[in-house]
Amino acid sequence: MRFAFRSILLLLALACATAQAQLSIEITGGGANQIPIGVLRFVGEEALAQRISDIVEADLQRSGRFRMLFAGNVDPLPAEVAQVNFGDWKNRNADALVIGSVVRLADGRFEARFRLLDVPKQTQIGGVAFTLSAQQVRTTAHRIADVVYEKLTGDRGVFSTRIAYVVKQGSRYELQIADADGVGAQTALASREPIISPAWSPDGTRLAYVSFENKKPVVYVHSLVSGQRQAVANFKGSNSAPAWSTDGKQLAVVLSKDGGSQIYLIGADGSNPRRITNSGSIDTEPFFAPDGQSIYFTSDRGGNPQIYRMSASGGEAARVTFDGSYNVSPRVSSDGKTLVYLARDGGRFQLKSFDLASKQGQVLTDGQHDESPSFAPNGKMILYATQINNRGSLAAVSSDGRVKQRLSVQAADVREPAWGPFFNN
Amino acid sequence: MKKLLAVAAMVALLAGCASTPKEEPKAAVEDRTPTTAVPAPPGVSTVTPVGPKADQLPNALKDPNNILSKRSLYYDYDKYDVKDEYKPLLQAHARYLSQNRNAKMLIQGNCDERGSREYNIALGQKRADGVKKMLLLMGAQESQVESVSLGEEKPRCTDNTEACYSQNRRSDMLYGGEY
Repeated sequence: MRFAFRSILLLLALACATAQAQLSIEITGGGANQIPIGVLRFVGEEALAQRISDIVEADLQRSGRFRMLFAGNVDPLPAEVAQVNFGDWKNRNADALVIGSVVRLADGRFEARFRLLDVPKQTQIGGVAFTLSAQQVRTTAHRIADVVYEKLTGDRGVFSTRIAYVVKQGSRYELQIADADGVGAQTALASREPIISPAWSPDGTRLAYVSFENKKPVVYVHSLVSGQRQAVANFKGSNSAPAWSTDGKQLAVVLSKDGGSQIYLIGADGSNPRRITNSGSIDTEPFFAPDGQSIYFTSDRGGNPQIYRMSASGGEAARVTFDGSYNVSPRVSSDGKTLVYLARDGGRFQLKSFDLASKQGQVLTDGQHDESPSFAPNGKMILYATQINNRGSLAAVSSDGRVKQRLSVQAADVREPAWGPFFNN
Repeated sequence: MKKLLAVAAMVALLAGCASTPKEEPKAAVEDRTPTTAVPAPPGVSTVTPVGPKADQLPNALKDPNNILSKRSLYYDYDKYDVKDEYKPLLQAHARYLSQNRNAKMLIQGNCDERGSREYNIALGQKRADGVKKMLLLMGAQESQVESVSLGEEKPRCTDNTEACYSQNRRSDMLYGGEY
């Protein structure tokens, strides 16, 4: 399986040879209770530039929640349920099977159909037909993987989502956006000065970030639809740490214009700044809870940096973390139940998760310099920045800490990942 | 409903899909057209910062034998207080600013690269604010001095060693024309 996956990576790499600085993914560790599944080649899929079944298989494998069964030797390939040899797959302990077919339509487009089969029950549990252009192979495959993932795990799939991150190459910084599997990277912004803290608007059409192009941190909002960007917080002093409100209408930002780093709310167009902390200490890294009612943030008001929570309109703050002397960068899962943050333990910086109800904590990562956690929109994976051989790299870990992935780019420093939202269609 | 339709139409446009999915409730498979999660960025925005014009700087600020040519203060780990050894340096710059009311200064606070980038922005800000506060007490005016933070983003030295970290925990004083 490992070899099969490697060869998929190679294929992807070859297929995208034109895209420079391609992210490649390596998985370590495996999840518990993986679902054994076979993804068969789709009948007729060789008419496409890439095999849909390869992309679906790689997506499911990467999630860590499936055990992929070798399905490359099935001949003849079934396109319909009646053609499947269920006895054979039962003997191989498969729980599920994906079959499909691709046909070229009269207008030059293609139709790809797939069926998800329950092997023990010998029935179909899902199926969709997609009409696609030759350029929509990967998009279609990710959609199929999303359906399979949701039917079998009960959680929404994130294979169709996108990620943003910053690549540093020499003295050049690029804000890039890629598919969740790291393929198809495109540059949204290139600069000679640093770019940090990208944050997706809830509808996935805009990114807020901090750029140092004016020799100081300034917060911008960048439309991915028009390519237009606007400085939304450019006050005297530093402007940083943008976080979107859940309705996408406001940003929480950190400004030093009135002395010290304090949290303010501004309109997404930069209008009407209102201060919501008044501590005389450092207050930074605001993050809206998914219900929009409260803001988690980092403050050193207790003598060292810890995570606090306050109402989204400001006011009294309650301390959330107590263990250790450096707990920063709070992020909350979409169900509001889990806090992930960066903790310093001795000289090590690692990500920890914290169950907000039971107050149980867990160390998630094992690097020396891990930082910048970002939840997948389904809350099942956390993307973060790590260092390998003194160079920045991205990694992901499952929310239970069992599955780990490393995403790296040749000869470049990659940092500041942000996982984008679900796209509703 | 109109609004919903408009949103759906916009989404379809963004995704660049030409057809609408057929509804076939009785079919064994549902028909859909794949859409892209996020529209592709329409192009790369490139930022070209304006360069400094340091050649117009008064000689007093450039002469290596003049204390005013010294511009950096260094800090201990996680600390932001100005060490006593830098008081004569700050006094010289405060005197220069009070004697040259048109002169402007940007103080950039910096951190070593351990820990959260955003927390380091706040820590660097605290360092720069401390320098500014002292310059104001010594005679500079609020309108002359801006304190900002570069956090860990512009390290002078990039090895993971204490010798390197200590060079990066720093505030730099830049005069108008140098930034």
